Amino acid sequence: MSDERVLRITGLRARVAETEILRGIDLEIRPGEVHAIMGPNGSGKSTLSHVLMGRPGYEVTGGSVTLDGVDLLELAPWERAQAGLFLCLQHPTEVPGVSLEALLTEAARAGGRDPDTVRQALITEAGRLGIDEHFLDRPLNVDLSGGEKKRNEALQLGVLGARYAVLDEIDSGLDVDALATVARRIQEATEEDGLGVLAITHFARLLEVLEPDRIHVLSRGSIQVTGGPELAEQLEAEGYVGVLGDAATDEPETLVGLPHAAGFGDDPFA
Amino acid sequence: MCALRAEAAEGLADVAPPDVDEEVWRYSRIAELDLDRFGPSAERPATEPPVDAALVEGAVATILVCDGWVQSIQVAESAVEAGLLIGTVADLEGGSEFPGAVLEAPVDFFGHLNRAFCPEPLAVVVPDGVRLDGPVVVFSHVATEGVAAFPRLLVRCGADAAATVVEVQTSDDVEALVAPVLEAVVGRAGRLRHAVLQELGPRVWQLAHQEVHVGQEASGELFHAGLGGDYARTRTDCRLVGRGAEGRITAAYFGVGSQALDYRTFQDHAAPDTVSDLLFKGALDDSSRSVYTGLIRVRPEAVRTRANQTNRNIKLSPDAWAESVPNLEIETDDVMCSHASTVSPVDADQRFYLESRGVPTAVAERLLLEGFFEEVVEAAPVPAVGKRLRQSLRAKLDRHEVVGSGAA
Repeated sequence: MSDERVLRITGLRARVAETEILRGIDLEIRPGEVHAIMGPNGSGKSTLSHVLMGRPGYEVTGGSVTLDGVDLLELAPWERAQAGLFLCLQHPTEVPGVSLEALLTEAARAGGRDPDTVRQALITEAGRLGIDEHFLDRPLNVDLSGGEKKRNEALQLGVLGARYAVLDEIDSGLDVDALATVARRIQEATEEDGLGVLAITHFARLLEVLEPDRIHVLSRGSIQVTGGPELAEQLEAEGYVGVLGDAATDEPETLVGLPHAAGFGDDPFA
Repeated sequence: MCALRAEAAEGLADVAPPDVDEEVWRYSRIAELDLDRFGPSAERPATEPPVDAALVEGAVATILVCDGWVQSIQVAESAVEAGLLIGTVADLEGGSEFPGAVLEAPVDFFGHLNRAFCPEPLAVVVPDGVRLDGPVVVFSHVATEGVAAFPRLLVRCGADAAATVVEVQTSDDVEALVAPVLEAVVGRAGRLRHAVLQELGPRVWQLAHQEVHVGQEASGELFHAGLGGDYARTRTDCRLVGRGAEGRITAAYFGVGSQALDYRTFQDHAAPDTVSDLLFKGALDDSSRSVYTGLIRVRPEAVRTRANQTNRNIKLSPDAWAESVPNLEIETDDVMCSHASTVSPVDADQRFYLESRGVPTAVAERLLLEGFFEEVVEAAPVPAVGKRLRQSLRAKLDRHEVVGSGAA
């Protein structure tokens, strides 16, 4: 183990059921950096975020991921979170009967941090995000609007004090104000706490509020093009086809890029 | 009373023992029962049931029952002055009329046994207009090896009266059979809340029956926590007999080891504008089993009935098993009835969400299960009942957490 601080993804390959979705991803994210991953539908963007957190159903077939020298792929999802990885979900799951405070208290306890500090940290963080305090006692994500759910994710990110955050399409279903608030908070974390960010997004809109250092374009399961912020403008103007050419379109079999689509198993007509 | 008992004993010869071919005994373990292993309690046992100070505090009456015998009755002065009457039916004036007043005939073989062998039926009478400001708490204990105990509780909640009755069912670590019967009636615009905390030992068989009749504009709320026993079965008949009557039945159960928990419910709408709501939630660990079968019956006269029935089960182990069979029998139009039933493992997406925040798998499952039961805990008629249920669930979940993380 080295003391070099970096989230390093090397030659990462992964499949869902029998379909290979990630075909060799290489990325290095250092503290304070914001990397954006853009790409057409079905390119593997969301798969990458799930594979990094270790969601069941996603099988790593090659490559490595290290977080500040720790081999992430060896760890259970909760241990990855304790190691400093945070996954901000595109669709945060509703968990009736479990409060934000109960969740974060158990997370603190499992990580050997003082659980009694959680309430105060929540209140402080809620203040920064403009979240009303009564909201803290509600069951997780239940009956929340899209914007409230994403604020809630940002709130947890702040309290948990992660080192690297993977943001999976946090701009989807978000109004402009909520997006600006959440993006500002994440931007501040990169500057104040050296949070490294991997922002997965379909639209350039997020990048107007969250300034990326690097932009990567993902297609067919690997990164095709990497550039600076100007790449977002080029994508906006020319589209994926303009930037990627033929590689912008997926081969037919990668359309089964979603776990539920894989439920048919092997060829059902065989 | 004696005549009734003799008649019941005589009648027993004509009553067929339960058979799993009958719908109401389907999926049950009744075929395993060897009645010859148990004998009725012939004399008053010396044992004092354990009491829970948190429940006694604030109670208007505390009653101790052992092997079906009423050991002691304590009633607060204020409640006596208000008119609350508690006693064995032999001691209460007109008490001999009570057994069978609600439940005209036993519903099954064990009901007959109870009628024949209950040594001292206990009656709680809340006169019209009396509103008790604390619960009546009955600690009903089983203490004797090999005993077949037949406790019987009769509750009369008068017109415009309000009462809460809590039964705590416990046992020593004995092999025993207990077949309790509850008969309750709620008068016009009365409100009765009743709770059972079933915490019997692991070698006890329980076959319980509850019959509650709810009058006009009255409400009957039944709460149940099924935690103990080897095989524990409760049949609940909630009959809404007066216009605008309301019945609510809420239960939580948690099976461990090879336990079997078995529930049969009847929401019987026999008058217009009646409302019933049922929520049963269970968790099954190890190789435990549960059965829930419930019927919403809407009789021809029960127009504008609203009825709901929900049973949700979470399997915590691949060897656990839950059967859930909701039924509707509707004999009139203009009703709103719904039912829902699920048997599933812990929700994988919810668990992953909690894990992704740094919570170990087994702790995530505990949080989810506590959340799952919270809806039931909140329906407890008095806070001390909810608190005790929460603690019992927590103890079972802690155990699951240890076993679960060992397996992970």
